[in-house]
Amino acid sequence: MKNGKQNSSAGVLIMDAEAIRRALRRIAHEIIERNPRLPEIILAGIPSHGVEIARRIADFIRGIEKIDLETGIIDVAMHRDDVGTRGELPVVRASKLPLPLEGRSVIIADDVLYTGRTVRAAMDAINSFGRPARIQFATLIDRGHRELPIRADYVGKNLPTAANEKVRVRIGSANEPDGVWLLKPDR
Amino acid sequence: MKIAESTPSSNKEGALRWNRKDLLSLRELSSQEIDFILDTANAFKQVGTREIKKVPALRGKTLVNFFVEPSTRTRTSFELAALRLSADVINISATSSSLTKGETLKDTARNLEALHADILVLRHSSAGAPQFLANRLEASVINAGDGAHEHPTQALLDLYTIREKRGKIAGLHVAIIGDILFSRVARSNIFGLVKLGARVTLVGPSTLVPREFEKLGVQISHKIDNVLPSADVVNLLRVQHERQRKEYFPGTGEYTRFFGLTKERAKLLKPDCLIMHPGPINRGVEIDSEVADGLQSVILDQVTNGLAVRMAVLYLCGGIST
Repeated sequence: MKNGKQNSSAGVLIMDAEAIRRALRRIAHEIIERNPRLPEIILAGIPSHGVEIARRIADFIRGIEKIDLETGIIDVAMHRDDVGTRGELPVVRASKLPLPLEGRSVIIADDVLYTGRTVRAAMDAINSFGRPARIQFATLIDRGHRELPIRADYVGKNLPTAANEKVRVRIGSANEPDGVWLLKPDR
Repeated sequence: MKIAESTPSSNKEGALRWNRKDLLSLRELSSQEIDFILDTANAFKQVGTREIKKVPALRGKTLVNFFVEPSTRTRTSFELAALRLSADVINISATSSSLTKGETLKDTARNLEALHADILVLRHSSAGAPQFLANRLEASVINAGDGAHEHPTQALLDLYTIREKRGKIAGLHVAIIGDILFSRVARSNIFGLVKLGARVTLVGPSTLVPREFEKLGVQISHKIDNVLPSADVVNLLRVQHERQRKEYFPGTGEYTRFFGLTKERAKLLKPDCLIMHPGPINRGVEIDSEVADGLQSVILDQVTNGLAVRMAVLYLCGGIST
């Protein structure tokens, strides 16, 4: 992937760094609008891209409202329901959430919403730490093909895809620009 | 990704992938594999602090704790680790099994497999018994101590505890003190510590610490007072009365006089030296009560960490698709 120009190996560029920035800034505004009590919010990212997305949304909200939201990390690997059926075992990491969760609003952040199984696992992980007042979900991309009754509260971009296509996200890389690409299946 | 933390060795592209169904020894593991287990254990340690101390990672899997030699702490540690991963657990001990009726190890194991057990945790008095079964069974086999051969999860929890308390293992001086000859804990610790770059000194009477061990890349001393001042970690082994024969062992009073970590001897230690013991401790024999309960002692941390390490091992070995 060179600098995000359209080419066959990198797929089709869907969002460049500026489009991602604007989408996340809009999500920050929507979160402010829908959550009158901002200090109750915990922005919790799913590793690894979701963690960066949560951090950026928190940066925007700090810029707009002059308030530091608490952030967290949710490990989903040990809460997945498909261990032993996938070729590769997911790497488990420690979750990091400010406790207690009672009375808080946890907003899960991730890069791509697809089947919904990752978000379900994230909700299970959160519930094992306590019982937040509410859980919301923010995603940079919603590509459809849900397998569970789950929807996102905040969406950066709706991207209709075929099931055999792939969505590639790069965000927070040290030396390459952010971007979202749609990869067609190899023929 | 500024906030993303931990597991530096495993979250990079092209990083290690775990592909072992069994954990039989530390001798066969690479230092990367050992680090990977310790990183995974780090994630699982946190589960014990949650309101709901259970994750669904091994839901639907059946684990058999098959303990041909008596053990309480290792068995319960494996049992609790499995329960926290949502596996179903059955415990079979030597006295309750048909081994006392003459069934062979292999037949017993095949019967367990016919029950569709996914993970077999084996404690056995014969070295090599876990390897024997691992070669013949589809189930994952975890060595929970085989004769005087190895006790890999004990060494892993020792390594984890050292890394947690001191931030590293490479370059530390670790003294393993006591009955080395009969100790599977010592063997597994030696392999693990040497692979991760620690300097290891074995201390004990010459009958229990033969020169042979120098081949494993460790130093040997028969004078504890010479070793204690430079140690960063002392790992005291239990005097295994059940394995001793008279000609090897001087008697407990004499052992304490020459090799016990008494209150007076503990003053030789550096203030930040860790005191470890795999348990159960013989108070007043290999360690004085004041020392075992003192500030430098991490004996109870070892128990807590054992749970996390065993969760990691069960998750990694039991979670791969075969």
